[in-house]
Amino acid sequence: MGSETIAFYLFGAIAVGASLLVIAQRNPIYSVLLLIGSFGALSGLYVLLDAPFVAVIQIIVYAGAIMVLFLFVVMLLNAPHEDTEFDERVHPLLRPGPMRFGAFLALVLAVELWWALARGGDTGAFPGGSVTSVSAIGKSLFTDYAFPFEVTSILILVAMVGAVVLARRDTPRERRERGGA
Amino acid sequence: MVTLNHYLILSAILFSIGAAGVFLRRNLITILLSIEIMLNAVNLTFVAFGRALGSADGQIIVFFVMTVAAAEAAVGLAIVISLFRHRESLNPDSFASLKW
Repeated sequence: MGSETIAFYLFGAIAVGASLLVIAQRNPIYSVLLLIGSFGALSGLYVLLDAPFVAVIQIIVYAGAIMVLFLFVVMLLNAPHEDTEFDERVHPLLRPGPMRFGAFLALVLAVELWWALARGGDTGAFPGGSVTSVSAIGKSLFTDYAFPFEVTSILILVAMVGAVVLARRDTPRERRERGGA
Repeated sequence: MVTLNHYLILSAILFSIGAAGVFLRRNLITILLSIEIMLNAVNLTFVAFGRALGSADGQIIVFFVMTVAAAEAAVGLAIVISLFRHRESLNPDSFASLKW
């Protein structure tokens, strides 16, 4: 077994284990921190796939920016425990109605994906050539993908304005007009 | 030897975990985190296929997906904060009415 195989299974196990713990945790802060661990393992997998650019932005943008935003909101809201007394007593997989249906749907999705992949046949090893250089990616981004790249800036602007408008508190005047709500 | 199939199966497992999180959890923040897990599973697929085809397009699409994920997280968390102010709760079941 080559070192690449060992690294793949190691990173894959960390990613799957951390992701499972993310959805098993009751405290959102632990969920966020475990998800950062999962993203670190995924970043290792990107390195194995000869994609150092993606590996680096995975750490910087995802773990560094998006997850810190989540952490910030979790601490701001200060509501660590979601569960009511009922949820404390009952195991997550034994809850009634909709939840059991949800678990069933997730299981069906997993089986379907597995079935589709198993039918695909063996894909063999990766070919030799791969694009690793950041300059090639940058060149492609500013020539072939110049329009989507510019549209992205509009998306970010809209998201920024939207987030500010949504999270803003009402001014006293607006509150009066709405009838003191 | 690690093949494309290995990466696709890993990605499928991660996506299923994310979907299970969305279906099973009753906490808005954990649901958003599960969506991030699913986006990352798709990213892994893109990079693996890009590597198999020897092209940079997979990595570029991952770049765009991350941008969308950042925008989604910003707006989603703003909505969560706004909802929390109204109901003091993160349980989606407490936001069942259209108007309050």
